[in-house]
Amino acid sequence: MMEVVREFAIWFCLVMGSLFCVIGGIGVVRMPDFYTRAHASGLTDTLGATLILLGLGLHSGLNLISVKLGFVLFLLYVTSPTAAHALVKAAYSKGLDAPDVEDATRAALTLSDPEETGNG
Amino acid sequence: MNVFAVAMIGVLTTMLLALVRAFLGPTVFDRVLAANMFGTKTVLLIAVSGFLAGRPEWLDLAILYALMNFIGMIALLRFSEFSNLASDEQVK
Repeated sequence: MMEVVREFAIWFCLVMGSLFCVIGGIGVVRMPDFYTRAHASGLTDTLGATLILLGLGLHSGLNLISVKLGFVLFLLYVTSPTAAHALVKAAYSKGLDAPDVEDATRAALTLSDPEETGNG
Repeated sequence: MNVFAVAMIGVLTTMLLALVRAFLGPTVFDRVLAANMFGTKTVLLIAVSGFLAGRPEWLDLAILYALMNFIGMIALLRFSEFSNLASDEQVK
């Protein structure tokens, strides 16, 4: 019984992790603006990587390999927000504008009245 | 089908999509973003392929790639922001 639960957890983690990765990749290709693309890329770095590494750790059990997996996960958790912050800060300080992001958001949410989004 | 193969297909698809953005990307920041995402997915790919081949010792390579990816991206950003890699007066 325990083995079946563990096997199911491994499947769930790996499949959901790769699904989140693919969704983030589609977002990086299709998003209209640089800053929204950075958001989509962050999704793959957090949920995708976490779930895949968690699935691998469940498969290996508690030994040196899972310690290494935890180290990889810690490293990704430290470096990927730092990298995203440095990237967006460099883009912002270079003056990269996001002119059409509000229009794109409004079109995606199909908000007809632009006055209502002003205080949100 | 092996579950590691499924995860590997997902990670490879994501790497392909990141490469598409790296080729399309109108600004240099889009390309750097795609390169960073490609590097992160390389770490995951090495980890998953180690489990797929039954040799999880390849995780050391994944750790190395994570470090290299981070340092390379910071260096590239410094270069694109200041047009050189080490300058004292331009650092605030």
